[in-house]
Amino acid sequence: MPNKTPISSVNDFVVRFANVNGSGSASANELFARSVLRMGVPVSPRNIFPSNIQGLPTWYEVRITEAGHLGARGGVDLMVAMNPQTWDKDIAMIEPGGYLFYDSTKPLPPSKFRSDITVIGVPLTAICNREYSDPRQRQLFKNIMYVGALSALLDMDVTAIEQLISEQFKGKEKLFDANKNALHLGRDWALLNLDFPIGLRLQRSDKVGDRIFVEGNSAAALGAVYGGATVCAWYPITPSSSLADAFTSYSRRLRVDPETKKNNVAIVQGEDELASIGIVVGAAWNGARAFTATSGPGISLMQEFLGLAYFAEIPAVLFDVQRAGPSTGMPTRTQQCDIISCAYASHGDTKHVLLFPEDPAETFDMAAQAFDLADRLQTPIFVMLDLDIGMNHRLCRPLTWDDARKYDRGKVMTAEMLDAGKEFGRYLDVDGDGIPYRTYPGTHPTKGAYFTRGTSRDRYARYTEEGAPYADNMQRLLRKFETAKDLAPRPLMANSDKPTRYGVIYYGSTSPAMDEANLTLKAAGKNLDLLRVRAFPFHHTVEDFIADHDFVFVVEQNRDAQLRSLIVNECGIDPARLVPILHYDGTPITARFIANAIGERLDALKVTPLRKVGA
Amino acid sequence: MTYITKPKFHHPSLPKNALGYTHRDYEGKVSTLCAGCGHDSITASIIEACFELAIEPHRVAKISGIGCSSKTTDYFLNASHGFNSVHGRMPSVLTGANLANRDLIYLGVSGDGDSASIGLGQFAHAMRRGVNMTYIVENNGVYGLTKGQFSATADRGSKSKRGLTNNDNAIDLVAMGLQLGATYVARAFSGDKTQLVPLIKAAIEHEGAALIDVISPCVAFNNHAGSTKSFDYVREHNEAVNRLDFISGRAPIHVSYDPGSTQVVEQHDGSRLVLKKVAADYDAHDRAGAMNFLAHHAAKGQIVTGLIFVDSEPEDLHRHFNTVDKPLNTLSEKELCPGSAALEKINASLR
Repeated sequence: MPNKTPISSVNDFVVRFANVNGSGSASANELFARSVLRMGVPVSPRNIFPSNIQGLPTWYEVRITEAGHLGARGGVDLMVAMNPQTWDKDIAMIEPGGYLFYDSTKPLPPSKFRSDITVIGVPLTAICNREYSDPRQRQLFKNIMYVGALSALLDMDVTAIEQLISEQFKGKEKLFDANKNALHLGRDWALLNLDFPIGLRLQRSDKVGDRIFVEGNSAAALGAVYGGATVCAWYPITPSSSLADAFTSYSRRLRVDPETKKNNVAIVQGEDELASIGIVVGAAWNGARAFTATSGPGISLMQEFLGLAYFAEIPAVLFDVQRAGPSTGMPTRTQQCDIISCAYASHGDTKHVLLFPEDPAETFDMAAQAFDLADRLQTPIFVMLDLDIGMNHRLCRPLTWDDARKYDRGKVMTAEMLDAGKEFGRYLDVDGDGIPYRTYPGTHPTKGAYFTRGTSRDRYARYTEEGAPYADNMQRLLRKFETAKDLAPRPLMANSDKPTRYGVIYYGSTSPAMDEANLTLKAAGKNLDLLRVRAFPFHHTVEDFIADHDFVFVVEQNRDAQLRSLIVNECGIDPARLVPILHYDGTPITARFIANAIGERLDALKVTPLRKVGA
Repeated sequence: MTYITKPKFHHPSLPKNALGYTHRDYEGKVSTLCAGCGHDSITASIIEACFELAIEPHRVAKISGIGCSSKTTDYFLNASHGFNSVHGRMPSVLTGANLANRDLIYLGVSGDGDSASIGLGQFAHAMRRGVNMTYIVENNGVYGLTKGQFSATADRGSKSKRGLTNNDNAIDLVAMGLQLGATYVARAFSGDKTQLVPLIKAAIEHEGAALIDVISPCVAFNNHAGSTKSFDYVREHNEAVNRLDFISGRAPIHVSYDPGSTQVVEQHDGSRLVLKKVAADYDAHDRAGAMNFLAHHAAKGQIVTGLIFVDSEPEDLHRHFNTVDKPLNTLSEKELCPGSAALEKINASLR
């Protein structure tokens, strides 16, 4: 018996699976998470994986959360330790009073365990070796077997698991039977030999509702399909590759002309990121909706083209699925570290529009909207995902689409408009919003042709190196950026029900952890007003929000407080009023971290005397 | 010469082509290149080729990178959209443009620095993808705008104007184009318009990746003794394999050729290329043979010109992608957006 009272919890605990990469564990672990969902209990799973295909350690963490807290929690209540390489670290991670599940085929010395946890051994390898002769089957079914054993220990609804297996192997009866058999081998052994249920327990609930379970990269790809993208050019890079892969597979289903069986889309795997963005720029210049998907290193490589697209005013959509930098950094770990390199991408005076989705559903919306914004503003639009959103299944509201919605192709002058005598100057600000008209190549035999260049030009696209027209153009680009403030998604605010002098600004994948931290802080009597930034350039409400509070915490997942720098720089805010709360070790930010960090600072603020006594 | 505005008037009896356009309709702005620049001759040949083919000028998209050669896209086809993009990146921009609208004619203009140095990767990948384009390299072996540094096509042992010797091996874009699968590969000399014009015409009609490497002496920095890209040197070492006549599918053949000395190539669109052989037994259909011929003559210091290779059944990128016949940039919500009902099904599959 452990010398610490075992944790007791229903529908609120964290299970972590420690596996070896390439051992086939991913599908079994996902089966576990989905089974919990099918019981009506929200889950928030996260893959913690190496930049490797086979052999290195990998983890899958499932936060089971009836209350619906979808951010990472931190700490592990039940460790399923299937990887001897990481055994010691895995054991150390378990919360006091927590549980260890392991393969007990080979006896381990007592020094390998802890006295304050409950240890549950199942001889998985021995059962497998008895039941299966094929080595690959032994490996794969061992994974299903531990799901079966867990189903007994956690009091899971086994029919929900069987139902999922039958959906997965629809039409493949043999595979279904084999997997179901393995599931019950593990379950039956546990029912026969172990005490069940343990202190951690699942119970049917109704908290999932109509929500869907999807990865941000898939949602982004769907947004691009719905947003009318016809050209995709990309270069493989973790963690964005699955976005282009998803776009490819959705296109195969949704973008084939029903009559001719030809494709309404062209997808190019470029030779590098330079070519990818070059193809996007060329396609968008020629009137197609085009995008690329990349990560930080790709953004670095695209810089020159991004300056051209900004200056020559060519629409482009970029999905930046951020990972930990700098340089190659931690390719399979998450961060929000490309904010400044995207906002000011390229040499010279440049500024770009960034969108910050919080989850897959908003990623879908913003992905589709990005194509409208790119066409409307004739400039690159960055959709700033990160690995945490992009590569993890996240529970979110269903995706929606209004069938009455029309694509906004922006200011495009047609042959009819030219024939009607409408004046065309490619860089002429006819409406005062800084946005000029463009023509697609091949529009009209004699009117509307112009020369696109990265060199300076006048309002009629004629080359010039004179100062006045150059400055005139640069000022117009600033006006256009002002216009973007009103077109981009506005910040969302949630005021505390009690008046407070303190605010919090956050964005992107920090959202679920921030919401949860806010509840913790509120329970401790610490009230905060929240503002979630959803786009750059910042809407004026961001400045107003800061003005309304004595101190504003800016919570982000990078070392250098990049969004805070952007706010200071663009809004002219006194940096002392913006307190950075920074999490950047590559793991997703947690509610515990935010609540502790903000709580401590709030306590410190309260004890600071207003003036020095006796001074 | 930038301060000179080109006059618009022209002689009323200027010849017109089938569409009623005169040469003037294919011209562009006044060139800002040096007087006597080989590139201006190439510009004149492009104008002539487009005039003779009776192309509607606005149906051409002219795309270039950065450098003296890339500036020339402003000096022809005023009624076309032009794009002077990023150094060495014309091929990707052109590829994207081509994907967006397969109905336009894509003319890529680049230089030896643009294509063989900074842009070698993009050059290679556009060739291997088979983008339907005419890719003209205005090759002078030297960086003109930055005053005379060697480019990657400068021959080993050739001397710069400042007296430096180039020790690096030269890149032969024609040899690379052949190796990478370009379906139309030619080399010409900017000083020989009668050779160049038909080569451009045939390249434009070719429905695949067409490369023309045009040796184009730089009068300012690479036309001295010791250069292997000077007018004199190229004239002395030019080894033409054939002379090309381009016969559009629309026009009847009215010239009779001696069958022993000609090779007729039927193009996919019905047009014909009539090659008057200069080198005996040269077969412009034989990719491996062409590569061998090229290597053999390069070793002797000879510059092989003419239509070096042509595939009369080329494939292009759109065919590889099986894209719809309609240009992608004309598709609307109707074709592109699967709608809310399909999204509901997707939602259901994600529960």
